[in-house]
Amino acid sequence: MSLTSAHSVVAPSANSKRIAGAIIIAYALISIVPLLWIFATSFKTPPDSIAYPPKIVFQPSIEGYCNLFTTRTRQTPEYINSLGPATGICDETARERNMVIAGPSNFLPRFVNSLIIAFGSTFCAVFLGTLSAYGFSRFKVPLADDLLFFILSTRMMPPIAVAIPIYLMYRELGLSDTALGMILLYTAVNVSLAVWLLKGFIDEIPREYEEAAMIDGYTRLQAFWRTVLPQATTGIAATAIFCLIFAWNEYAFASLLTSGTAQTAPPFIPTIIGEGGQDWPAVAAGTTIFLVPILVFTILLRKQLLRGITFGAVRK
Amino acid sequence: MLNRTADSVARATPEPLARKVRGISDKGLAWLFISPTILLLLAINIFPLFWAIYLSFTNYRANRSNEVVKNLGFANYQRILGDQDVWIAMQTTAHFVFWTILLQTVIGFTLAWLIDRKFRGHAFWTTIILVPMMLSPAVVGNFWRFLYQPQTGLFNYIVAFFTGVPPSSFEMLGSVQLAPWAIVIVDTWMWTPYVMLICLAGLRSIPEYIYEAAEVDRASNWRQFWSITLPMALPFIMLAVLFRGIENFKMFDMVNLLTGGGPGSTTEVASITLKRQAFESWRTGYSSAFAIILFVAVFGLANIYVKALNKVKQR
Repeated sequence: MSLTSAHSVVAPSANSKRIAGAIIIAYALISIVPLLWIFATSFKTPPDSIAYPPKIVFQPSIEGYCNLFTTRTRQTPEYINSLGPATGICDETARERNMVIAGPSNFLPRFVNSLIIAFGSTFCAVFLGTLSAYGFSRFKVPLADDLLFFILSTRMMPPIAVAIPIYLMYRELGLSDTALGMILLYTAVNVSLAVWLLKGFIDEIPREYEEAAMIDGYTRLQAFWRTVLPQATTGIAATAIFCLIFAWNEYAFASLLTSGTAQTAPPFIPTIIGEGGQDWPAVAAGTTIFLVPILVFTILLRKQLLRGITFGAVRK
Repeated sequence: MLNRTADSVARATPEPLARKVRGISDKGLAWLFISPTILLLLAINIFPLFWAIYLSFTNYRANRSNEVVKNLGFANYQRILGDQDVWIAMQTTAHFVFWTILLQTVIGFTLAWLIDRKFRGHAFWTTIILVPMMLSPAVVGNFWRFLYQPQTGLFNYIVAFFTGVPPSSFEMLGSVQLAPWAIVIVDTWMWTPYVMLICLAGLRSIPEYIYEAAEVDRASNWRQFWSITLPMALPFIMLAVLFRGIENFKMFDMVNLLTGGGPGSTTEVASITLKRQAFESWRTGYSSAFAIILFVAVFGLANIYVKALNKVKQR
């Protein structure tokens, strides 16, 4: 589906267009306000973030980002005065609050976990998905429809339901709380989407290309490699981004199956605690950093979005 | 590598060419391509499912793995179906699914219908509207918890600003009456764009000549909407409802972060009950039985619904 296609079912009058536009713009603004608010909060100081009435104009501060990446301990003013000059801007903001930086926080390792698990599982899911999709698209597979439905139905299980046996299985195999375990799990969840989406894309590539290649003396595999893959690149890229977004956003499995070394960012961000409760600027800073890739992908993907969210069930 | 003789033979016999290739037969290749996926799904989905079925007949507890496992037969299932709390959780889930789908469908369809008018800049604003559904439900749940803070949250401030009710008098997440609606609001905020996108595809699929014919027949705008727009877009709306229904039946992340099932158990949807039984009370056998029941319910309802959807499509 294209959001910018020239075809429209109604021939609206200029006036109705204007009213429609006004309503849509109003809705868009309302729906984006929570995100803008989080972005603004990430640049507030903790007192500003919980001020009432909410502060729209405020002195920007990078304290939230400093608190996100470091741990701090409270010290007496005498001790702080006895220290040398502050090293770096984060140290300065910490000292203003009678604190010194004790070390790095867990955010960066959790963020790196998210990257490793999301990219690792995406690569595996797209790799397996491309092979299967080609298999289903081009060969007569016995029970193809049943197999495809089976692949789709694995997505219907509530994650918590599968989490219990997977938790036990991983405990036996030593995969609990490991990146490898999470990559395998997300690959299994994503491969259903990858197969369905890619089958749609590959179905659209005319078989004649491969037949021509095979007549020229290529084997089936060579024909796949030299003609189908290059043609499917856009589809593969779109599929990869959808898998990436899912793995990046996933929370249920991550919160139940990881607790320490392999924990990803979504279960970690809500646990950021400051002095006397949740450190909202730090949480907002973590959220902002976490959301940036998604925003970029949304803009890149807007034309493929419909396919991706409906498993290719709805095309243009 | 290339076998010229086989090649010339193949060239002489055009049709079965695709079947007979050097090295691996097509059939073998098909399995080579498909089996890794199937094997992975068997290992990570089907094997655990069967394990869960086995556990559902036992009194196994994952935190006491040394205890002797007893076979209970259908006792777990009986207990679940007779458990008041489980039925309440199912009801809560049904309420959420009903209200979120109703709101998302009505708002989503209206938005799609308006966007279809192609006002200036519609592509840009549509993209903005699509952003919430791309976010992580966990992160969304967490920052809405911030917006819902009773004393200082933006949501309470805005509501207070427009209604004059003092913001400290209503606690969206702490009140028994408001907490379920707090979750419905967040879910609607997040997923209305999803329904809107699918409805938009539905509206764009209606061929223009039908409207032209209706114009010739002097059908009123209202009539055109009820007789053309809505019925033609219906399969798409139903598809959106199916996808949202399955997802919201499984709803866990957002609820877990917004309220954790509270206050009391007013927002305890099935997934939260399941998590409490499985990972807090460690009643592994019992929760496995519950998981199986949930899975069968989603699967069964989805299948019935798809049959209805196909009937609508065929009309």
